[in-house]
Amino acid sequence: MNTIPSRTAAPGTPTLRPTLHLDRLGSVIAGLIGLALFLSPFVTYRANRIVSGEGRLLVDALPPAGALGTIVVVLGVALCAVLARRPLIRLAAASMGLGVIFPAVGFSAGFVTPAGNTFARVSPAIGFWLLALAFALIAADALTRLRFGPWGRLVALGIAAGGLALLLLSGAWNDLSLMKEYANRAESFWREARQHLWLAFGSMAAACLVGLPLGLAGHRIPALRNAILQGLGVVQTIPSIALFGILIAPLGYLAANVPLAAALGIRGIGAAPAFIALFLYSLLPVVANTMAGLGQVPADVIEAARGMGLSRRQRLFQVELPLALPVILAGIRIVLVQNLGLATIAALIGGGGLGTFVFQGIGQSAIDLVLLGALPTVALSFAAAIILDAIIDLTQRGAHD
Amino acid sequence: MSTRALILRAAALILLVAFVTMPQLFAFAFAPLTANNAPAIYNQGSLLALTLSHVRIVVLATLASTLLALALGIFVTRPAGREFLPLSRSLVNIGQTFPPIAVLAIAVPLVGFGEKPTFIALFLYGLLPIFENTLAGLTEVSPRTLEAARGMGMNARQRLWQVELPLALPLILAGIRLSVIISLGTATIGSTVAAKGLGEVIIAGLQSNNVAFILQGGLVVALLAVLLHDGLGLIERAAARRLGRPVDEIA
Repeated sequence: MNTIPSRTAAPGTPTLRPTLHLDRLGSVIAGLIGLALFLSPFVTYRANRIVSGEGRLLVDALPPAGALGTIVVVLGVALCAVLARRPLIRLAAASMGLGVIFPAVGFSAGFVTPAGNTFARVSPAIGFWLLALAFALIAADALTRLRFGPWGRLVALGIAAGGLALLLLSGAWNDLSLMKEYANRAESFWREARQHLWLAFGSMAAACLVGLPLGLAGHRIPALRNAILQGLGVVQTIPSIALFGILIAPLGYLAANVPLAAALGIRGIGAAPAFIALFLYSLLPVVANTMAGLGQVPADVIEAARGMGLSRRQRLFQVELPLALPVILAGIRIVLVQNLGLATIAALIGGGGLGTFVFQGIGQSAIDLVLLGALPTVALSFAAAIILDAIIDLTQRGAHD
Repeated sequence: MSTRALILRAAALILLVAFVTMPQLFAFAFAPLTANNAPAIYNQGSLLALTLSHVRIVVLATLASTLLALALGIFVTRPAGREFLPLSRSLVNIGQTFPPIAVLAIAVPLVGFGEKPTFIALFLYGLLPIFENTLAGLTEVSPRTLEAARGMGMNARQRLWQVELPLALPLILAGIRLSVIISLGTATIGSTVAAKGLGEVIIAGLQSNNVAFILQGGLVVALLAVLLHDGLGLIERAAARRLGRPVDEIA
């Protein structure tokens, strides 16, 4: 066991007696790991895709050598969480833990499924998810303490994405029920994923095109400001499924009576009402943040720009907008994360997107189909948040230089 | 708040109560939206009962998340919980990227259909804003104020109850308000997993292609949201006003 000087020792005072430091957070996580490892099923085995299943503990879910190896690694990570102080060591331990249990659960699926049985389904169970959560917590804590800059965070995200891609492309998970659901509908999965991205990013782009000038107008003309903000605020209170639904009526009318609209593919149900609803929800963050960003540009900076002979247009594009950029981007981050989540609801009105699988899965009580829609949605919002946070940091740094 | 704003709020409240108790009175307004003699007013259950169960689940979930978020927020700002502070900050940030519908969808396999997954989704999602604001409120109490309280001979418990929590109260209330508003909207999605609520009205409208139903459900939720937003805002301002003077004196 390694010994570490107590954290409570005053800096500079040499500790005479080496004391053992137990990390409180690490101890809690180690408890979670113990619970997950020995008391919770690692995978669930089901005779077919919709019956309820039986849990298998880790020792029954892998061949003896594999189970032993996995347990040793997991316990090693738990020990690291309790004893190691350096964030880098903890991060490495957590990554190793994740790097072992993710392939292990896929391997376990192949091991548990009887040979030749194509109906049986194996899914990760609560024990696996708790282990993944515990390791992710250690990694998140270590990453927080390491205080990576924007580039560091992007690299970390890239490594995580690369690991996930390797896992999926190598076929290590092919025996899991989740991937069987995917294999059955690979084509529609990518179609709906593209639709999801188009809905989320397209409506965000439209909201920027309309919202930036609107925000600028609100900034320049104080009388407009409150009217715009209040109007957009009311839109936010309408629940998403209602707004999606309400838009069906006017669009249906438009499609029936305006040939051009119908030719453009606008119909009452489908992607058009979903796109417009997402667009309407996106306006408030973009407009409010544009106003806030422009409002916080110091008056003497604008005065100085005027003194340098910059025209009104030059002041806007060369001084005000660059200085307001981080705040505007923060609004765009809110919009993007919100849209990637809300686009799931579009499936309810025939708008497609990854929500299609979520609602199909709910309808068939097929859990893994729900996950096939929900997990990519979560991953997309998570990645979008990290990337935009990094961009905001970079622009802020640029503004301060 | 100006008199005009008060009258508007009162009118909204009366409209809401009248609509959910006697919806047939409003049939004339919704009739033009229906086609093929479809009913203009939701007829598969009482609007009042659905509204009450909608509000009930939101209130219960918010109460539960308030209790846990407050306890967690207090814990990680005490010396004993300091080690958890950086992680809990990042967890709040990460948690907010989870779409509510994903939380709901993932809860279904764990606890089955009905009220339970909705409650879990509302509870988990509601934790975030309250916890975030509790953290912000408690960590923004100035060290000088705490030093003064210590100098007056207050012990840690007295400092928490008599100084830190009252100073953090307006922010905590703002977190609760945000949480309630998000939950009101999310609870409508709960009806896709068979929870009783106003989402039922909207989904019935989507299924039978009846815009009148969709509009009714949406309208009641929106009215509820606006009224709760304002009502909680009043409490918040009252809390801030009560603090107003002492805060200024210290700052």
